[in-house]
Amino acid sequence: MKLQLNGAPLHSDATTLAALLEAEGFGGAKVATAVNGSFVPATLRATHPLNSGDSIEVLAPMQGG
Amino acid sequence: MRSFYGETLANGLMLGTAQYPSPKVLSDAFARSGAAVATVSLRRESGRDRAGQDFWELIRALNVHVLPNTAGCHSVKEAVTTAHMAREVFGTRWIKLEVIGEEDTLQPDVFGLVEAARILTEDGFQVFPYTTEDLVVADKLLRGGCEVLMPWGAPIGSGMGLNNVFGLRAMRAHFPDVPLVIDAGIGLPSHAAQAMELGFDAVLLNTAVAKAGDPAAMAEAFATAIRAGQLAADADPMPPRDMAAPSTPLIGKAFLE
Repeated sequence: MKLQLNGAPLHSDATTLAALLEAEGFGGAKVATAVNGSFVPATLRATHPLNSGDSIEVLAPMQGG
Repeated sequence: MRSFYGETLANGLMLGTAQYPSPKVLSDAFARSGAAVATVSLRRESGRDRAGQDFWELIRALNVHVLPNTAGCHSVKEAVTTAHMAREVFGTRWIKLEVIGEEDTLQPDVFGLVEAARILTEDGFQVFPYTTEDLVVADKLLRGGCEVLMPWGAPIGSGMGLNNVFGLRAMRAHFPDVPLVIDAGIGLPSHAAQAMELGFDAVLLNTAVAKAGDPAAMAEAFATAIRAGQLAADADPMPPRDMAAPSTPLIGKAFLE
């Protein structure tokens, strides 16, 4: 199905957010996630289903002022 | 120094982590200044590069309090969602809440700020709101649950110092028990010293250190200035006066006309 990952188009067969993260190289990484603009806690990623057209944000620590 | 949500800091320097020439220079700036707090942010991560993971290890090694921000957020929803993501990643209830309302000055949208601060406080966050010196807004933030206020000195990154000393002095006098931090606009150590002399509890800055020719030396200069300003405030400065008053006694002066 077609997804958006951090603003870029992506085709994936992952059915859950956790599966997508693992497939895209985020396994074990310190990241926070949101789907369609709503925060999805790490504890809910394994049960959070993905649907075609979903927009996923994966954020990590970065420099800030 | 007043405490920040129960945390007493070793000093009044809160230092940003952006714009340094290299990670080593960033670490050196923290080491030489002894800054008590590091501000950090969240940005999109690449599963290939995983750049954020290295940065997180660098921050952990600093062994300082971490204050995540919501920089770049222009709406309440965006700021609240970012705060939730930051709490999970950084493992802290502290959040430097920015809701930007205007692009030229990066002035806070104080209406959105008050609303977001209330929502986040109810969600258990300890909010450090980036605000103006407006006393009415400050009062609404406190009523919404904020226990710290962070008025701007001048627009972010401008280096202009304290643009409205009268307003900041009024804020200090109006809220004598509230921890107050000058956030943004600081360009020189003398600006930071002035803020502390006014009775502020800390100064948050980034660009003035990161963009200096020698960031580590400048960080130390800021730490020294903040220490001097705090000592001066604690020492009860003399009130200014309009007319001269000789400091050398006139009694016993020779008549030499």
